Amino acid sequence: MGLLALFRRPPSSASVAKERLRIIVAQERSARGSPDYLPLLRREILQVIHKYVNVDPEAVQINLGQEEGHEVLELSVALPEKTRA
Amino acid sequence: MTEIIVVTSGKGGVGKTTTSASVACGLARRGKRVVVIDFDIGLRNLDLIMGCERRVVYDFVNVIQGDCALKQALIKDKRLETLHVLAASQTRDKDALTAEGVKRVLDELIAEGFDYILCDSPAGIEKGAHLAMYYADRAVVVVNPEVSSVRDSDRILGLLASKTQRAEQGNGGVKEHLLLTRYNPRRVASGEMMSVDDVKEILGLDVIGVVPESPDVLAASNSGVPVILNDESDASLAYDDAVARLLGESLPLRFLEEPKRGFFARMFGG
Repeated sequence: MGLLALFRRPPSSASVAKERLRIIVAQERSARGSPDYLPLLRREILQVIHKYVNVDPEAVQINLGQEEGHEVLELSVALPEKTRA
Repeated sequence: MTEIIVVTSGKGGVGKTTTSASVACGLARRGKRVVVIDFDIGLRNLDLIMGCERRVVYDFVNVIQGDCALKQALIKDKRLETLHVLAASQTRDKDALTAEGVKRVLDELIAEGFDYILCDSPAGIEKGAHLAMYYADRAVVVVNPEVSSVRDSDRILGLLASKTQRAEQGNGGVKEHLLLTRYNPRRVASGEMMSVDDVKEILGLDVIGVVPESPDVLAASNSGVPVILNDESDASLAYDDAVARLLGESLPLRFLEEPKRGFFARMFGG
């Protein structure tokens, strides 16, 4: 243990609690309101695309939004560079 | 105009019933006509905290099922003339509460001219909790400065914003307030407990009251006299401030710092 570590106080447990809550609450809020089937839908669509193009799992975005009184399911797939040519 | 206020939290044991009882008393003490309803079907407890457990003849479910008239089930408080309690049923039938039944009772209370209807929600996010918040105009979310309570409160805030009549009808939604209980200024100062500002920041809501941790709260429930009626207690003053803020007064928060002990108290241990 270095000499400096003796003087450095560990973060207080309250600040640890606050940081953990900040992250989990933000995560749970972003998932809120979206239907339960969305993750499964995303996975299946990814599998279908994967049969034809080798896409990165992170490249498939699915969003459910509201637009003038009706719901819009938005699907965006970023194709890898090579296949576009 | 009747206002329906739900007292809710998600997590159990944070002080919903204590808060419901004290806020109801505080409003009634200011001359408002108040009814406080226990929505915790099967686990009735508001009657004990209010000290009227031996006067429960008919309950909320009896009224919904038409076994008695609403007036027969309303228990008039012996201390405050304008305060009434509607006890929960001890039935184990989960379906005893229905949305239509609750609405009928609330409509009748509104027609009776009550100023405030307080709905004491059960813990959790099941039917009782859902129906307690469904018709609310305002919500008091009771939270302890502790991780599981804060997280559950955020979940409840999500439900208030989506699963209530006001949210569904899109007329401004339910007005939400935070009320912190079991606040220990000494532990906040030493970094062992999250502060009011921490909780406020995480949940993004304004705080309507901070009730310090106090032995008077247990003493109050032991004796069936809501803690707000114990004028000696800091918890009482904190609840009374919260009631004033509910009514629109703007008061600074108190009891956020450890009381400074005087010279003699420190010398002789007070």
